[in-house]
Amino acid sequence: MALTQLKYEFSPATPRALPVPAVHFGVVGSGDMEVIIENKDLGGKAVATVVTPVTGFDHVWEMVLRRFMDECQLGNVAISINDNNATPVVVSLRLRQALLEIEG
Amino acid sequence: MSEQKVWNKTQRDTQERMSHASQYFKPGTKVFEAKDAVAILEAVIRSGDRVNIEGNNQKQADFLSDCLCKLDPARVNKLHMVQSSVPLASHLQAFELGIAEKLDFAYAGPQGGAVAKAIASGKLKLGAIHTYLELFARYFMDLTPRVSLICAYEADKDGNLYTGFNTEDTPLITEATKFKGGIVIAQVNKIVDKVQRVDIPGEWVDGVVQSPKPFFIEPLFTRDPALITDTHILMAMMALKGIYAEYGIKRLNHGIGFNTSAIELILPTYGEELGLKGKICTNFALNPHPTLIPAIESGWVESIHCFGGELGMAEYAAARPDIFFIGPDGSMRSNRAYSQTAGHYAIDMFIGGTLQIDKYGNSSTATAGRVAGFGGAPNMGCDAHGRRHSTPAWMKCGNEFTDQQNFLGDVPRGKRLVVQMQETFQEKLVPSFVEKLDAWKLAEQAELDLPPVMVYSDDITHILTEEGIAYLHRCKGLDQRMAAIRAVAGYTSIGLQAKPEETRALREAGIFKTPEDLGVDRSRANRSLLAAKSIKELVDWSGGLYNPPARFRNW
Repeated sequence: MALTQLKYEFSPATPRALPVPAVHFGVVGSGDMEVIIENKDLGGKAVATVVTPVTGFDHVWEMVLRRFMDECQLGNVAISINDNNATPVVVSLRLRQALLEIEG
Repeated sequence: MSEQKVWNKTQRDTQERMSHASQYFKPGTKVFEAKDAVAILEAVIRSGDRVNIEGNNQKQADFLSDCLCKLDPARVNKLHMVQSSVPLASHLQAFELGIAEKLDFAYAGPQGGAVAKAIASGKLKLGAIHTYLELFARYFMDLTPRVSLICAYEADKDGNLYTGFNTEDTPLITEATKFKGGIVIAQVNKIVDKVQRVDIPGEWVDGVVQSPKPFFIEPLFTRDPALITDTHILMAMMALKGIYAEYGIKRLNHGIGFNTSAIELILPTYGEELGLKGKICTNFALNPHPTLIPAIESGWVESIHCFGGELGMAEYAAARPDIFFIGPDGSMRSNRAYSQTAGHYAIDMFIGGTLQIDKYGNSSTATAGRVAGFGGAPNMGCDAHGRRHSTPAWMKCGNEFTDQQNFLGDVPRGKRLVVQMQETFQEKLVPSFVEKLDAWKLAEQAELDLPPVMVYSDDITHILTEEGIAYLHRCKGLDQRMAAIRAVAGYTSIGLQAKPEETRALREAGIFKTPEDLGVDRSRANRSLLAAKSIKELVDWSGGLYNPPARFRNW
């Protein structure tokens, strides 16, 4: 399975820190994905790296991630996503669930 | 001198045809042997006849269908097949061989592609694609079968039939055929001395044959809880809070997908927690869904009338006569025509999935190259315009139906809730929301008069996706409906056209609600909410009465 790596950068207007050093959520099952969010000094920015077998959906990944970042305003974080054909629906759900896990 | 008028030509013709068949019957009975089945069909079927092979979406007269394909096309041809469903390869083979010529049906299932090909090759002339009730209606009007090949569990020597748990279409086909002078031939799993219950009187049946093996049944309504995802559960939570609880839905039908299975499986958990027991989901027109077992066992359900049976559920249903419709003999009887009538007139909500929804809200399961058919969904997925009784759910939805006053003035009228529950993307990232339905392309390829739309937009009241719920009937006019559809369409090309300020206004107006607006906690959307997480756990809930088919047994 050939994998594609995608990288995105976000500059939140009001960056806030992750309250824990790192959080891991989800599993790389079929149609699913895992996400790891880690604290990292990036001058207020956030970066996201996606490893996925799917091609041709780069803009959808960007939109899903942008909407999530707009909502959560996390800064100084590195987000790593290992995807196995998750739909945008599942991606959104896993990101929000990861956030809910750290915020209780 | 005027000629004597003859008023019983069909009956006389039937007698004449049967006289050629009589040599094959066991003396003094209606029983013939499987080896003579082709000869019997040769005797009773003539070119140009309208013929029904009982094939609904569950049990199939598969042996007789195979026999029909063995007729000599030089002697028997141009048959007009009128039947609920064509899911078997042999159904289409009759067209390939030149025995059959025209088809009027309701559902093609796995043969959808083959139907489209046969139309394209000119071997199959399509009459129309119907709903079940619509086709049944035509059996009594302009599509009455001349010969019907039906199936049953048991027959006695006089032709009395036991159709039992899987009664389905048999009574209706038999009555339409026999009372118009036609011929009815039945394949049965077993010839017995005395049938368990007379579902079809022997006088209405001309011949019975024990088929070499039991008739084929597809377990269409079994969904393995192990395959239910967190997204299904999130959407099920939204459905319960935003629709079932909001309207107090007591009488309903569920579609066959995983989304509605998820709803069934969170009734005893999330539903219980919301205090909804007794307030929702009390009466169903529904096949015996295994995933409803935990809710039944927890006391949620008062009654279920079934369109047909479901493999492995007979013993469970028989042991719950307060819930299912069980005969004096102790076994369930399904009857599709009655259940479809209940589903058309007496439910307050239909909820199910689809494949495509266009920007106006019309939905279809048709894709290019596949003539899938409708089955029963459109009769449930619509407001029954002949309905005159009221219920709180129907009245509330009608009161919210803003555009209704444009037609009725100040006269109150209710409205059926028709809910399309659909993830914005399906497997392989196929979008569920599209600019134009594939049904248009299909209509062109298969030369249909109109694109096969499963549920028209003016019947849909709610669209539920993982983004939230669009309450379409609360919209004023088509423009606002289209904006509400964009709001639930997520990252599809339709959803990406949503304007944030428009979506915000729809939320304020209560026309679009997100999980947060509904008070649904996303972090709880996981499989721990399922009352049963596997087929094995369904068996356990049933106290061992549910007996799943081998392919669902993995323990």
